Amino acid sequence: MATHDPDAPVIRFVGVSLAFDDKVILDRVSFELLPGRAKVILGGSGVGKSTVLRLVLGLLKPDSGEIHINGERVDQLSEEALMPVRDRLGMVFQEGALFDSLTVRENVGYKLFEGTSMPIPEVDARVMEVLGFVGLDEFVARMPSELSGGQRRRVAIARALTAKPQILLYDEPTTGLDPITALTIDDEIIKLRDLEEVSTLIVTHQLRDAFYIASHMAVREQGALRFVPASPEKMAETEFLMLKDSKVLFEGTLPELRASTDPYVKAFLE
Amino acid sequence: MTFTAGVKKGVLEVQEYFRLLGQIVRGLTSRPIYFRDIIEQFDAIGIGSMTVVLLTGTFTGMVLALQSGVTLDQFGARSMVGRLVSATMVKELGPVLTALMVTGRVGSGIAAELGSMMVTEQISALRALGTDPVRKLVVPRVLAGIVMVPILTVIANGVGMVGAWIITVTQLGVSGGVFWNSVVQGLYIQDVWMGLIKPFFLGFVIVTIGCHVGLRTSGGTQGVGRATTNAVVAGSVTVLAVDFLLTKLILTLLY
Repeated sequence: MATHDPDAPVIRFVGVSLAFDDKVILDRVSFELLPGRAKVILGGSGVGKSTVLRLVLGLLKPDSGEIHINGERVDQLSEEALMPVRDRLGMVFQEGALFDSLTVRENVGYKLFEGTSMPIPEVDARVMEVLGFVGLDEFVARMPSELSGGQRRRVAIARALTAKPQILLYDEPTTGLDPITALTIDDEIIKLRDLEEVSTLIVTHQLRDAFYIASHMAVREQGALRFVPASPEKMAETEFLMLKDSKVLFEGTLPELRASTDPYVKAFLE
Repeated sequence: MTFTAGVKKGVLEVQEYFRLLGQIVRGLTSRPIYFRDIIEQFDAIGIGSMTVVLLTGTFTGMVLALQSGVTLDQFGARSMVGRLVSATMVKELGPVLTALMVTGRVGSGIAAELGSMMVTEQISALRALGTDPVRKLVVPRVLAGIVMVPILTVIANGVGMVGAWIITVTQLGVSGGVFWNSVVQGLYIQDVWMGLIKPFFLGFVIVTIGCHVGLRTSGGTQGVGRATTNAVVAGSVTVLAVDFLLTKLILTLLY
């Protein structure tokens, strides 16, 4: 396994293709995500952006091509063999996908309650820790239906964090939120990328949020957390991947994206 | 939709249903088993369906007594009403009507619940968090179905007989002693077996169809509505078809 090499890509797609019936979703898509870096997948609706995340998780299987996670090939693993792979991944679903029959505490602690023999007080401590991280510790006893859209996404982020994943996947994390609430989600994503060194894969069509995430960084100064404009080196750590007609149209950093002369990219940015 | 596309879709549906059955068998015979969810489903499916089953059972018994009273009068055999009621209730109406009521209440509920979990990606979230949705959601419901539907059927038979007794005594003027005597005379041990074997399979069919339809839901809230309707329609028709086949089979084997 390539996990011994700390700089090896954590996610690697090699010529991945997928079609549903006659509709081609992905056509020989290849990309890599390096540890501690972020990659934003852009594209219009229905170009298979979310499909990429489902492939990473193994919820879908590609028709051809290879998917490697931490150097291990996962696209042919059985559901059972995938479970340990999924332990390294945290997924924030669109709209949160919280279990609405469970409280916030049970949602956030789900993986530890169900999947481990960790004593309940320890699970509760971890639940409070991650809820504190997203600033929602006073909501621990609520039901998901009592939360606002933004709070639900933050609880979903907390749930994805509970088992300390190495890679976080976000599916349209800010879609449907007002701009102010969206910024709080963006800040969480930046915080996790910069302070916790979590590798991040984001699927979105919200350019404003994607640009904000790429162009800002989180710093801790004398214990206080601040979001400042990113240094050029930091900005280079977040890359963009644009999909069009099931193919990769563009891959590069924010300045490169802005400088692109491709007519579709230009039209998309405007 | 063309004819071939329709056939293809039907075959796929059946294939997926049998695949689900395979996963259920694996879920029943290996770990992890979610005991808390099993208890919850016993409560939701069993205790939750009690009221509706009590009401259907009572009214069925009552109407059965009234109708058979009229028919038996033609032969001057009004005193035999207990025989007719018990045989019909235990062998046929108890299992089938209970199953139909449970289809309406539980089958639709399961399809709607799993369907909305499907369209809001909660099922995907379960898998992403390392839980097999079949073990966590389907197996507990199936266990509750195969245990609780027979119990509910026995209860429906019981209250149906009581309902019939009330009508027989008050409306038909037959004495209670004659009625109960006739009830016992009308029942053979094979009838009791038939009355217990049927609901076991019917419970299994109702719940697995509800789960199958729910887990194949797509297309947002509209899809959930469609899934709920499909679960009730497919469930009810299958209940009647399976009841016919079981009746034939049991008559051949036991009688």
